[in-house]
Amino acid sequence: MTDLNTNPIGEIEAIAVVEDPRSQWWDVWDQFKTHKGAVLGLAFFVLVILLVLVGPHLWTIAPNHIDIRAKNQGMSLAHPMGTDQLGRDTFAQMLSGGRVSLAVGVVAMALSLFVGTLVGVLAGYFRRIDGLLMRFTDLFLALPLLPLLLVIIMLFRDTLRAAFGPETGIFILIVFVIGITSWMQTARIVRGDVLALKQQEFVLAARSIGTPPHRMILRHVLPNVMSPIMVSATLGIANAIITESALSFLGLGFPSDFPTWGRLLFDSTNFMSLHPARVIWPGLAISLTVLSVNYMGDGLRDALDPRIRGR
Amino acid sequence: MLNFTIRRLLFTIPTLLLISLIIFLLLDLAPNDPTGNLPLTIPAEVREQIRKALGLGDPIYVRYYRWLVQFFVNEPLNLLGEWTHSCIGDCENRLRVTSWATRSPVVDLIAERMPQTLWVVGLSYVVGILIAVPIGVYSAYRQYSWFDQLGTFISMIGFSVPTFFTGVLMIVIFSVQLRWFPSIYDTTLRVTDWSSLGAQIRQMAMPVFVLALYNAAQISRFMRASMLDNLNQDYVRTARAKGLNERVVVLVHVLRNSLIPVVTVIALGVPQVFGGAIITEQVFKVNGLGQLLIIGIQGADIPLVQTLTFIFAVLIVLFNLIADILYGILDPRIRYD
Repeated sequence: MTDLNTNPIGEIEAIAVVEDPRSQWWDVWDQFKTHKGAVLGLAFFVLVILLVLVGPHLWTIAPNHIDIRAKNQGMSLAHPMGTDQLGRDTFAQMLSGGRVSLAVGVVAMALSLFVGTLVGVLAGYFRRIDGLLMRFTDLFLALPLLPLLLVIIMLFRDTLRAAFGPETGIFILIVFVIGITSWMQTARIVRGDVLALKQQEFVLAARSIGTPPHRMILRHVLPNVMSPIMVSATLGIANAIITESALSFLGLGFPSDFPTWGRLLFDSTNFMSLHPARVIWPGLAISLTVLSVNYMGDGLRDALDPRIRGR
Repeated sequence: MLNFTIRRLLFTIPTLLLISLIIFLLLDLAPNDPTGNLPLTIPAEVREQIRKALGLGDPIYVRYYRWLVQFFVNEPLNLLGEWTHSCIGDCENRLRVTSWATRSPVVDLIAERMPQTLWVVGLSYVVGILIAVPIGVYSAYRQYSWFDQLGTFISMIGFSVPTFFTGVLMIVIFSVQLRWFPSIYDTTLRVTDWSSLGAQIRQMAMPVFVLALYNAAQISRFMRASMLDNLNQDYVRTARAKGLNERVVVLVHVLRNSLIPVVTVIALGVPQVFGGAIITEQVFKVNGLGQLLIIGIQGADIPLVQTLTFIFAVLIVLFNLIADILYGILDPRIRYD
């Protein structure tokens, strides 16, 4: 009897130990799992990533291996997606093209998130530069992006190719232009959230013990604006993949011998009346990947919204 | 409201000037020689003369000023003179923005291409809105019904699948396999009788449908969300309690209030439609503004690209302004002054 009364805290601790400590992310994952489309999207996206990463090691036909006798073939066991007008295996090209497409998507998204978060946090946190940075963002939003992307690529393509080689040069250029033209929405959302966060007590408490601004931002502000950033990240991947394919489709993206899904689609449109199946594969790959990423974003938005979660 | 409108209008002037400066500098600082496409046999001094003749000899601020004068003063004066069939000022020797490739004024080229773009893009936007609004209204009214699930799914597909794939897919199905529609847009077709009208409708069907699907997907999502916001409001319960029938409640009370944000989204989307149409025009070979831009880019025709890009920028700024003002007019709670 006395034993129990003397140590009530120990009892509570014991109960707490039985119930596993759950972080916020477990709740998010639980909510995420209830969204069927999002789970399907995640599964498909992981599958595509695995395919393009591991696939070229298993499917050993080189994507640019020319076998002119086997040109324009339909689907068969030797060539599951057929071959093109030079007898290159479409499946191998899809695998290596997907690698580039996804790499462009992920890297461009990372760049745009970095710029967007930086601008958003700085504008939200430091009142002095808020007006300037937001006018800058408004200016970017008023630029006609697709025409400008095309113009930039036309103007700087040759220089970068000469500097970094044909493949790396165009990769850097495309990632860079997509990144610097798609950060504005993220910046606006992050700024709004930072402004709201600044009013909260824990920020005041942290400031009152003399936390310097850089630690305030890294330790207190950034972790709390993670959710909108993550939703922007998924939408950013989808946007970057579509933009890259559109550029390639207009003939201003990657060259034919280093194809992406968009370039494959562009190249096969010339043969679309003779071999309609060839346009289906790359188009389907782009569409399904973007669809799955968008569903993931949808599920993530619901899962990260505390008003919906746990209902 | 008038005060706000004037203030916003004044604010667009520095914005547009800044944007034009950015576009100008970008095209100018690029490490690309406009005479690079000419044969290599041209001697260096002749090449230099060609550059001078293109107006590239002067310092950059002189050229920027000249372009500004040409675009904002000379071209509008010229248009005005053409409309009124008169000569304003020195109309014979007035310098106009001239394309390097065709040596004709850029504005004339744009005027040539404008009708096709306006027809295809404008009609697709109207069709998209007409499809999207009823779908959005009904799926919000019957939330989580099979219609709503299907509508949400289709709109998700509509904005995930890029227009260059839907366009190509439509061509494969309807032009190559079924042979219902032509895959190439024929601008020389004149509508004179019923059969040519039919041909015109047939060649417009696919590009309009592709763009309409894309626009409808976006607008119907907004429409649905906005309807859902309004359906649970107190005034809806009041309207029902008064004994109004369901039709009036939904189509008059809720719809009118839900349309306010959707109208601004529609206004904001117009310039994006022009931009997105670049790809669709390329797929269906419609010789509109988008194709003109692509031709200009491929031929390094700097004045043409500069003017077209700037016109797109003007459209964006203009429709942002329209959206802001519309919002203020439609929703008295949001007045800025």
